[in-house]
Amino acid sequence: MTASSAAVQPVIVGAGPAGVRAAQALVAHGLRPVVIDEASRAGGQIYRRPPASLAQRSAQALYGFEAGRADAVHAAFDALRERIDYRPDSLVWNAQGGRLDVLHGPTRSTSSLPYGQLIVATGATDRVLPVPGWTLPGVYTLGGAQVALKFQGCAIGERVAFMGTGPLLYLVAYQYAKAGAKVAAVLDTARLADQLAAAPAMLRQPAVFAKGVYYVAWLRAHGVALHGGVRPLRVLGDAQESRVAGVAWHDGREERTLACDAVGFGHALRSETQLADLLGCRFEFAPLHRAHLPVRDAAGRSSVRGVYLAGDGAGIMGADAAEWAGERAALALLADNGVAVDAARAAELERKLQKLGGFREGLERAFPVPQDWAAHANDELVVCRCENITAGTLRQAVAENGADEMNRLKALSRVGMGRCQGRMCGAAAAEILAHATGLPLQQVGRLRGQAPIKPIPIHLAAAPSAEGAGE
Amino acid sequence: MSGRKTLRTDVAIVGGGIVGASAALALRQMGIGVVLLERDLCGSRSSGVNYGGVRRQGRPIDQLPLAQRAHRIWGRLRETIGTDGEYLRSGHFKIARSEADMASLERYRAQSRDFDLGLELISDARLRERCPWLGTRAVGGSLCAEDGQANPRLVSPAFALAAQRAGAQVFERHKVEEVAHDGQAFMLRSGNALEVHAPALLNCAGAWAGSIAAEFGEEVPLQSGHPAMAVTEPLPFFMDWSLGVEGGGIYCRQVARGNLVLGGGGKGIALDADRARSDRDAIASLSAQAVELLPALRHAHFIRTWSGTEGYLPDRQPVLGPSRTTPGLFHGFGFSGAGFQIGPAAGEVLAELVRDGRSSTPIESFSIERFTPTPP
Repeated sequence: MTASSAAVQPVIVGAGPAGVRAAQALVAHGLRPVVIDEASRAGGQIYRRPPASLAQRSAQALYGFEAGRADAVHAAFDALRERIDYRPDSLVWNAQGGRLDVLHGPTRSTSSLPYGQLIVATGATDRVLPVPGWTLPGVYTLGGAQVALKFQGCAIGERVAFMGTGPLLYLVAYQYAKAGAKVAAVLDTARLADQLAAAPAMLRQPAVFAKGVYYVAWLRAHGVALHGGVRPLRVLGDAQESRVAGVAWHDGREERTLACDAVGFGHALRSETQLADLLGCRFEFAPLHRAHLPVRDAAGRSSVRGVYLAGDGAGIMGADAAEWAGERAALALLADNGVAVDAARAAELERKLQKLGGFREGLERAFPVPQDWAAHANDELVVCRCENITAGTLRQAVAENGADEMNRLKALSRVGMGRCQGRMCGAAAAEILAHATGLPLQQVGRLRGQAPIKPIPIHLAAAPSAEGAGE
Repeated sequence: MSGRKTLRTDVAIVGGGIVGASAALALRQMGIGVVLLERDLCGSRSSGVNYGGVRRQGRPIDQLPLAQRAHRIWGRLRETIGTDGEYLRSGHFKIARSEADMASLERYRAQSRDFDLGLELISDARLRERCPWLGTRAVGGSLCAEDGQANPRLVSPAFALAAQRAGAQVFERHKVEEVAHDGQAFMLRSGNALEVHAPALLNCAGAWAGSIAAEFGEEVPLQSGHPAMAVTEPLPFFMDWSLGVEGGGIYCRQVARGNLVLGGGGKGIALDADRARSDRDAIASLSAQAVELLPALRHAHFIRTWSGTEGYLPDRQPVLGPSRTTPGLFHGFGFSGAGFQIGPAAGEVLAELVRDGRSSTPIESFSIERFTPTPP
């Protein structure tokens, strides 16, 4: 490598499949990246590892078909462990002027980490389209339900209904059933016809498609009720409204109910884009993802020099794509730094990512976001639970004050002003705003990112920004 | 070109902040025709993202007539703009951190005596009794019981909406790209969309007003400033006063739902000509001072930080009054981080200037002529 690159210590934010493969590629070319991980063990959400003290279940039990992938990512990381500057339990809460502000959980301390080049692999959380009753104790997102199982080794309830749509719906139901939980039902807003229509595109990834088919078949064979084409009506509470008691949905003909004590719900995933936003990356509307996302070229370069984007944080493409994109972004970083990289490998990774794009389109057709969600959201529905803002309040801001853009909607209604800063409610609020104004979703824009990315204690923010770069 | 809309009106206003919007409203109440052009959304810049302090205490004495006029407008806010905008006369308490600060607050009380601000000095045991939540750095302070706070996110856009309801033609997302005067009337052009002709023009463009003034041969040393702002998660309600600190530093208030809004502590950073955010070191300074003043905040979380773009003049006074070069042109800008409370009065003054050629409120100190080089 060149002399100039020897001085570079790139930073990777995120230690999921994208971050781990990016780190691996950088290490293979002689660099020693800093890897910042909000979790205490690498693996990200999809391959989240339980705490060492709890690690009794096998990878097969935790990850099912994904055990091989999970093992490979974990092994890759473990092999890198001594050759990278790994910083677990560390939240990047701000980015400014070539430095990241990092909050280290266990020591309750903040530091400032300079970077020249940065790979952002911040992953995703669930896309939440709420239903009445979703704030009852016992309601989790699908991802949250999965984390409980993988990380804490417990189920969210004894009799669990899964509701929403997306591949995670069946995967989590399968994982729960395999782990011994009673799955009351899987309620999919997509119709079987959607899945059939999407099959040709899905066959671009036959192995992945086959897994999906397997989950469905397995659940069916084990007596789990699967309902497609549903419209979720509400989560029912017990007599004291203190806990989930059931779910109600419309099946196209009539209203139906089912008893359960927990609900996992979600409509696929959404990218965690706050860091890219604070870094100044240019965003564009991505119709496939129904979201504004930071733009990246095929190699993962963002619009900001020295900032690279990989994995679900820049668009939901799944874990396999995240691995490829992480490696590809690392190669781009190296090449931009004057290091010779394997061009054939880079091209192969781009081809694989490109091919997956077609599959992703198929997935969107198979599990479409319910286009009529906003139309059916009644005025009393709480959209933003941090601030207790209802759909009716949002519509009022449109009707009475002319809000036609997300930041104006936020200013007038408080939606997205709470602790989550719109990460949970932003997607749903945008759907409501688009519906209420009659504007296309693209046009209502997105909430601007504002530090801190997650809440930080004031006395830690007050700490002088110590240099955290050296070892 | 075809498709461009041409409007003729009595008064054109550049800028839909609290000054421009309240001027538009006041003009309409006088029956005068108004077209207002706002480059972004009304009340989305410094008018809508500021701290929300509604205070007279601490202002330079020559601003107090304007501040008193504004105080009366704030007192009938709901009937004026259709919302209370979370306006509360909760009291504004200026903290002294030394005996010298205390003496300075006493001097201010004496100087402002003619204006009936009702300032009350509080110190020692009474201070501890009245506000046990104050840290030990505070030795006393001055309370203005009738000063208070409001939510700028709600108030500033509401002035524009009220003006619109009163018949002003408000064009948001219409940046003024060309402005000219042909000796009779002003012409304003926003892209290929809109052209406005009016015999009077109000320059209420905030931090962007300097270029309009310069267009008419009135260079002003206007600079942009970006205060650092932050808000905590909701906390149990404990503090009704809005707090300031004698000599500057931070300001802090708790809103009804429990969040604490903090501002000051140094400068934010400009991302580009239009956008700004809180600077890291400014947040650190803000946090340190906040914990010192209010120890209970120590374990509270910041959930959001922000900034805005404000226009500052070197003497920290606004430019408010007629142009010295161009008849029909009136300026109202450069409120230097303290325009929210007096903004509505500044709007009324501008409307009076248009109608009567003079204002019933003394504004001599704010003349643009103070920046005119005096001939030798």
